[in-house]
Amino acid sequence: MKPRHKRFLLIGIALTLLAGATALVLNAFNDNLVFFHTPSEVAAGKAPQGRTFRIGGMVVAGSVQRAADGQTVRFMITDTAQVVPVVYKGALPDLFKEAKGAVAQGKLGADGVFTASEVLAKHDENYMPPEAKDAIDQAHATAKTLK
Amino acid sequence: MNIFRFSSPQTFYPLAGRLVPVFAVLAAAFLAAGLYIGFFEAPTDAVQGEVYRIIHIHVAAAWMSMFIYLVMAFWSAIGLGLGTRLSFYMTQALAPTGALFCFIALWTGALWGRPTWGAYWVWDARLTSQLLLLFLYFGFIALTRSIEDPRRADKAGAIIALVGAVNVPIIYFSVKWWNTLHQGASVKPGGSSMASVMLWAMLLTALGCWFYSLAVTLTRARSIILERERHTDWASIEIARLGSK
Amino acid sequence: MVWQSFSDFIDMGGRGAFVWGSYGLSFLLMAAELWLLRSRRKQSIRRLCQLQQLEQQKD
Repeated sequence: MKPRHKRFLLIGIALTLLAGATALVLNAFNDNLVFFHTPSEVAAGKAPQGRTFRIGGMVVAGSVQRAADGQTVRFMITDTAQVVPVVYKGALPDLFKEAKGAVAQGKLGADGVFTASEVLAKHDENYMPPEAKDAIDQAHATAKTLK
Repeated sequence: MNIFRFSSPQTFYPLAGRLVPVFAVLAAAFLAAGLYIGFFEAPTDAVQGEVYRIIHIHVAAAWMSMFIYLVMAFWSAIGLGLGTRLSFYMTQALAPTGALFCFIALWTGALWGRPTWGAYWVWDARLTSQLLLLFLYFGFIALTRSIEDPRRADKAGAIIALVGAVNVPIIYFSVKWWNTLHQGASVKPGGSSMASVMLWAMLLTALGCWFYSLAVTLTRARSIILERERHTDWASIEIARLGSK
Repeated sequence: MVWQSFSDFIDMGGRGAFVWGSYGLSFLLMAAELWLLRSRRKQSIRRLCQLQQLEQQKD
């Protein structure tokens, strides 16, 4: 083997080992790399108890209720399997909408209600003009009625 | 044609000099086209309104910041393996532009996040790993500049570039591997989830940024070549020629 | 064309500060890089010429 090939082989081995080590570390810290927990994880008791964490999912359509004080908002968050009720006092981001993604930070009460101190909107990776969106929404609605 | 001929600084220097103006013109043309389509042809987004137009520069800069780091790692591997000086010069010429695009990606991301998500910054896996990339760029630049012996600086920098390259796939796949606030990729092998006019604006802007990077890094590489090769015959002649101008 | 008027364009649907803040700083930084690159090349050539002259005097 030429010394040049040997050097490349060493670089290759070193990089492979490094990538492997990184994968192991990331795997070990997997729980901390997760930005939010899903309602299913909360239901299964996998979310941290008694301390602040984030819960993420879809805002259930028709679940958003604004209280008379104009600040308190109640809504349900779901990952289609489980539902967690959330109560939040404060301003909501523009993109916070029913049937759209949201991430709330706060604590889970003993009564199962999640009291949020911050609510963020999570949008998807689809970008299209309103006409295209209307067409898609309509198609979905038609598909639903046909079912 | 022997491509290894161009691995010699002496042949690369004039070649780069001829290419830079071509790349500069292409950069200006593609950036102008991308911005024009992005601002005047692309429609309003159904969900986000006008603020989504940040995507064109944001994604272009984010792609460049990851791509440039991978190119640095590539040249570092070649440099360490073959001992070609030019590879190290290229690595060092790329770093500042990579850092610039990394910062632009973070900055535009913050200004896009505030009106859409409701926060300038969150510590999710995508944003955190992108911030780590910026620190890797800074680390590379600081390390290579702080070591007196240029040969040792080359090697130390190459090692940072190779080790740090592990972070690039982490950035790219973070939105897939973990729950993040950042949305998934809009452009994937095999398709995209953007209206085609929006996609064209983004791709043209990205091409413009790519040609910009080529023009800028080749110019920087030419300065580095002259500085490092100044004792060779051809470089002395070139320096004397430039000095007499 | 999406814009009704120039002020409409600047306003960006009420998000002008975010959009123009993004593009403004991005292009400002790119322009700054070009300017720094130019001055770096000039400085470098000047220094290399001085070094060359010093070394020639020594010989």
